[in-house]
Amino acid sequence: MSAFLRGYLSVLVFGFAAVAMVGAMLGAGRLLRPSRPQPQKYIAYESGVDPVGTGWSQSQVRYYIFALLFVMFDVEAVFIFPWAIRLEALGIFGLVEMLIFIVILALGLVYAWRKGVLRWV
Amino acid sequence: MLAATKVDVAVFGASAVIVLAGAIGVVISANPVHAALSLVMTLFGVAVLFVAQEAHFLAAVQVIVYAGAIVVLFLFVIMLLGVDRRENVAREELRGQRPIAFLLGIATIAEFVLLTRGTSWVTGAESVVGPASGPGANVETLARSLFTRYLLAFEITSVLLVIAVVGAVVLARRPPPERPEEPEPLAVPERLHTPQLDDAAPVPATEVPAP
Repeated sequence: MSAFLRGYLSVLVFGFAAVAMVGAMLGAGRLLRPSRPQPQKYIAYESGVDPVGTGWSQSQVRYYIFALLFVMFDVEAVFIFPWAIRLEALGIFGLVEMLIFIVILALGLVYAWRKGVLRWV
Repeated sequence: MLAATKVDVAVFGASAVIVLAGAIGVVISANPVHAALSLVMTLFGVAVLFVAQEAHFLAAVQVIVYAGAIVVLFLFVIMLLGVDRRENVAREELRGQRPIAFLLGIATIAEFVLLTRGTSWVTGAESVVGPASGPGANVETLARSLFTRYLLAFEITSVLLVIAVVGAVVLARRPPPERPEEPEPLAVPERLHTPQLDDAAPVPATEVPAP
C-alpha cells in the first residue's frame, strides 16, 4: 500500500464509523419503539394539510436558472483552488487573470439579476 | 519500483464494482430520477479511482462538480420535463437507432479489447497528472499549466459558462406582465399551488370559551 493511499485510510475508517453509528441509532430505535402501523402515518407531511398531487409532478423552469448559476460558481471555485495554491508564484499576473475570469462570470450573474429572473414573485 | 499491491488491486476492484453497478443502474432504471442517482454512484466510484491514481484534486473536483452540481442540474431538467408522464420505450424516435447503437457498442468493445491486448496492462506508474512529490504537488502542476499554457482556454471557459447562463435566462424568463398591477392567476403548476382552505381537510372547529 502506498503512503498516499494510507492517508486515505482514515477516510475509510470514518466512513465505516458513520455507517455503524447510523445503523446503531436506527437499530436501537427499531428495537425500542412500539409498532402500530396506520395508513395516515404514511402520508407525506405538508404542513399539516393533506398533500396536493403527487411528488413526481412537473416543476417550474425557473428553478433551472438557480441550478445553472450554482454550477457556474461551482466551476469557478474549482478553478480558484489551483490559483490559490500557486498564488505567490503567479503574482500580479495570476491575480489579473483570475479577476478577468471572475468578472466575466459575474457578468452572467448581473445579466440574470437585471433580467429579473432572480426575483421569485 | 512501483507495482500494484494487493491493496491497490482491492481498491480498484471495489471501486470498479461501484462504477459498474451505478452504470448498469443508469441504463436499466425505468425512473429517470433513479437513473440520475445511480449516476452519482458511478461518479463517486470514479472519484475513488482518481484517489487511487494519486489525483486527489481531480477526485475532489469529481465529487464537487460532477456528483454535486452536474447531477443536480440533471435532476432539475428531469423534474422540469415531468417524471409523472410515462415514456413509451418501445417507440423509436430515430429510425434504426437500436441497430446503430448495437453496432457502435460492439465497435467500442472491440476497440477496448484491441487496446488492452496491444499494451501492457499494469504500467506501475501511479500518477498520471504529474509527480506527486508532496501534498499539493498535483494542484501546483495543474495551476502551472492552467495559468501558462492553457490560459486562453481557462478564460474562454468563463465565457462559455456565461453563454450557458444567458441562454438559460432567455429561455426560462417569463415575459413581463402587460398590467403589472393585476397578477395573473393560475400561472403556477399544480405542484406549486398553495392549498386553499376549501381543499384542505375540514378542520374541526374548536370551542372557544367566551371570556
